[in-house]
Amino acid sequence: MERVRLATTWFGGCSGCHMSFLDLDEWIVDLTAKVDYVYGPLVDTKEYPEGVDVVLIEGAICNTEHVEMAHRIRQRTKTVVSFGDCAVTSNVVGMRNPLGGPEVVLNRAYVELADVNPGIPVAPGILPPLLDRAVPVHQVIPVDHFLPGCPPCPERIRMLLESLLGAGAAPTGRLIKFG
Amino acid sequence: MAVRTLTIDSKQVSAEEGTTILGAARDAGISIPTLCHLDGIYDVGACRMCLVELAGSPRLLPACTTMVAEGMDVRTQSDRLRRYRRMILELLFAERNHVCAACVSNGHCELQTMAYSQGMDHVRFAYQSPLLEVDLTHASFGMDHNRCILCTRCVRVCWHIEGAGTKNVSGRGTHARIISDLNQPWGMSETCSACGKCIQACPTGALFRRGMTAGEMERDRTRLEFLVNAREKKQWNV
Amino acid sequence: MDLKDLLALKEKELAARKPIVIRCCTAAGCLSSRGEAVKERLERAVYDAGLGERVEVRGVGCLRLCCQGPLVQVDPDNLLYERVTPEEAGSIVDALNGEKVSVARGNPNDPFFTKQQSIVLANSGVVDPNRIESYVAADGYQALHQALHEMTPKAVVEEMLASGLRGRGGAGYPTGLKWATVQKAAGAKKYVICNADEGDPGAFMDRSVLESDPHSVLEGMALGAYAVGADQGYIYVRAEYPLAIARLQTAINQARRLGVLGSAVFESPFHFNVDLRIGAGAFVCGEETALMASVEGKRGTPRPRPPFPAESGLWNCPTLINNVETFANVPAILRRGGAWFAGIGTERSKGTKVFALAGKIRNTGLIEVPMGTPLRVIVEEMGGGAPDGASIKAVQTGGPSGGCIPAEHLDTPVDYDSLNKLGSIMGSGGMIVMDDSTRMVDVARFFMEFCMDESCGKCIPCRAGTVQIHGLLAKVLAGEATARDLGQLEELCDLVKNTSLCGLGQTAPNPVLSTLRFFRREYEELLLPDPFAVKLAVPEGTVSVEIR
Ligand SMILES: Cc1cc2nc3c(=O)[nH]c(=O)nc-3n(C[C@H](O)[C@H](O)[C@H](O)COP(=O)(O)O)c2cc1C
Ligand code: SF4
Ligand code: SF4
Ligand code: SF4
Ligand code: SF4
Ligand code: FES
Ligand code: FES
Repeated sequence: MERVRLATTWFGGCSGCHMSFLDLDEWIVDLTAKVDYVYGPLVDTKEYPEGVDVVLIEGAICNTEHVEMAHRIRQRTKTVVSFGDCAVTSNVVGMRNPLGGPEVVLNRAYVELADVNPGIPVAPGILPPLLDRAVPVHQVIPVDHFLPGCPPCPERIRMLLESLLGAGAAPTGRLIKFG
Repeated sequence: MAVRTLTIDSKQVSAEEGTTILGAARDAGISIPTLCHLDGIYDVGACRMCLVELAGSPRLLPACTTMVAEGMDVRTQSDRLRRYRRMILELLFAERNHVCAACVSNGHCELQTMAYSQGMDHVRFAYQSPLLEVDLTHASFGMDHNRCILCTRCVRVCWHIEGAGTKNVSGRGTHARIISDLNQPWGMSETCSACGKCIQACPTGALFRRGMTAGEMERDRTRLEFLVNAREKKQWNV
Repeated sequence: MDLKDLLALKEKELAARKPIVIRCCTAAGCLSSRGEAVKERLERAVYDAGLGERVEVRGVGCLRLCCQGPLVQVDPDNLLYERVTPEEAGSIVDALNGEKVSVARGNPNDPFFTKQQSIVLANSGVVDPNRIESYVAADGYQALHQALHEMTPKAVVEEMLASGLRGRGGAGYPTGLKWATVQKAAGAKKYVICNADEGDPGAFMDRSVLESDPHSVLEGMALGAYAVGADQGYIYVRAEYPLAIARLQTAINQARRLGVLGSAVFESPFHFNVDLRIGAGAFVCGEETALMASVEGKRGTPRPRPPFPAESGLWNCPTLINNVETFANVPAILRRGGAWFAGIGTERSKGTKVFALAGKIRNTGLIEVPMGTPLRVIVEEMGGGAPDGASIKAVQTGGPSGGCIPAEHLDTPVDYDSLNKLGSIMGSGGMIVMDDSTRMVDVARFFMEFCMDESCGKCIPCRAGTVQIHGLLAKVLAGEATARDLGQLEELCDLVKNTSLCGLGQTAPNPVLSTLRFFRREYEELLLPDPFAVKLAVPEGTVSVEIR
């Protein structure tokens, strides 16, 4: 059997979903027997490769780089999974949306609460500008599977991966859990 | 009382005249999703989750306010109904700010549970992200408008079980809000008896006891049921 | 008061008539362009010319061609004057002495007038709405007397059934059937309500009837009350109609004084009082269950039906609720017989219908035509077509609950069924003509905005669904929508239509659905080619980028 090319990535999220992924414990060992982990924060690949079979996207789309990356991922990947509440609903990162544009939060973080050198960092070409609103992944690219949860618990990550690795359809109802 | 026989999901059911389709279905072990319905207070047919199909009628009927009739042939499940129910939930999640991870009701929320049971794993509609208030003026309770689904359960328990008449609805359309008295801060209300019944009734994290942290808000609905039984059936034993 | 007194009053009023009558429109439309001052100047000119014995200046209701107001009509020569200013008004009186008149003359033989057939508006522009005697002179309150003394309530209902009249408030429910249901409903206390909430944008038929001929509505209500056994009536009028409210109140007072309202009407055991209830202007309060909640002093939101008002309405009592125009038809039906009424109109739509003709059309105003009149006759012959050589693109009927009928269907007869077949509705009578400069997606967005703002917020599909639909329409108009969005738009329309609690939500998608049906291309031309293209705004300081 061909090995499945798996990637994970991390947009506007807290990395909690990746932590939960690591909580798969020894099943990770079983997993590595079936997949090649080709891209993600856990390995040192710089460029998102071509021909990825499955990607788990953690986090909401918050800045222009996320948008570009999301499109690249979609072009190079067969199955896209929105991984965790931030990717599915924009969740906590989306809590800035009711406040209007990102200036409010930037101001709070970098000016009002600054001890030294208050000022919003600007570095064109290095720091991608924030979008007006943090949005779920499926508002930017088509998404094939949704695995909400903050974070999704390891059992449900495993259920989804097993089904994607060919163990049949995942029991859809049991994959849903918010918060 | 006259008995009516009808069919619900191909099952023969009999129910007393004056029973709702919802009641008859529950007695027969058939569950119909509901959000605005709460045992013990009158129904308003607002959430539309309980809509069912009736053979021979092009219109969908709310099970919670439609009385049984002889020979009715009711369907509580179909692709169309499931699609509508899911969309109604999506509309609710998109209308205000539901951040389950940071909500007092996380894990004890009827809206959340309903989303799971109806297979709503994401929201396709545009999040409205309105800027809404949290009223923390009351000594014991809080109201977070971000989580309110306007089911009016709180209004109904406050008027019809507690008899205080504190809670009401102001504004219209998507600008409708639950208010206390004449739209003053809850803590300034002169009618609120601080009975806490609205807290018990609320399906979401909109009404909560103060001092709760995320995920702690559990309800005790038996308190409401006890009162209603005591009043209507004169049953005082728990 | 008995029949003798009534007829004596009529004779007295007729005998006092002067040979020349200058009828001067004092309905809201003309009043807003100084109609009141015109009337005063006319009165003064008559006095100054010493013509007081021969000439009567009568304030009347709407003379129909409102766009040319203030209108003045002179009998018996049937002269019509348009856009009369107070400054020139005197010259109309001078003209009676053969002098040259400086005011623009209208053509009372224009198809706009000659194609009309008046039942509801028969008194409109003729009687003085502020004087009950004027209504009595036009055979007013004879039907009520006749019913009270010569007919059983059952016979009144029979006559209504025979007439085939259908409710003019929008849904077109057979009025006779409704009356029969309330009549049969058990209950010692029953109510009659006249729905004068009229909130559709562009509609002013009911307002005009109330301002022009309030007594016909009162008489219709009294007949309804007698038929169903009610002794209390309410007229629910919106506060935005101060003139209608004032004239109704005057009419009620006069009717009480004359003894045609109140206790022992026409010396019969029948008593009936009417009170006004003023609505704060929420569109949804025109929905009957919301209206009744509002009359009861509660928040005006609809409740599920059944039970229908006929069984359990105001304060849980059986309640007859009809529209202004519906009631205004009743006296004529009882005076002339149901069969006479049923002879007008089409097989399933009897009688006439009043329309408020508006939009991109030469003659705007109020018209009353027999049911079944082709749309083309209304907009081209009576309305005179689109101004400035533009061509008519569509006609919108039924307001926010209706649809747009494209020009190729102009030969459709205007009746309940034909309009339904085209995805529109008769509605209460708003008719807005659109020319080729109109963008149909804009029209859909306008009406959806109206529904979104007017949704009461009780049920989720309407409260939140209209917001989403409106957002999608705005997105289409901004050129930022994709085929995916269009699909979502249709799905949402289906949801809102089929799951909303009341008529507002159930019909709110109609303008979108009908423009999608006939003008889909206009939507599609605005879509982005790539179904997954997104436009995301980045904040100030950086340039907004379009991705992909
Ligand atoms: C949102 C909504 C608004 C309505 N507004 C009016 C109105 O302004 N006037 C009216 O007569 N009927 C209105 N109706 C219809 C009434 O509910 C009711 O059907 C009508 O008054 C019955 O009178 P009819 O049988 O004489 O038509 C409205 C219905 C809905 C759903
Ligand atoms: S109210 Fe329920 S659905 Fe809304 S955020 Fe709280 S837990 Fe989630
Ligand atoms: S605490 Fe009791 S009285 Fe106060 S608002 Fe809630 S239900 Fe009403
Ligand atoms: S506060 Fe709670 S009970 Fe009251 S309307 Fe909102 S969701 Fe319903
Ligand atoms: S359909 Fe709209 S107006 Fe009617 S009850 Fe529902 S929210 Fe209110
Ligand atoms: S439970 Fe029936 S409409 Fe809400
Ligand atoms: S309002 Fe004066 S003619 Fe219509």
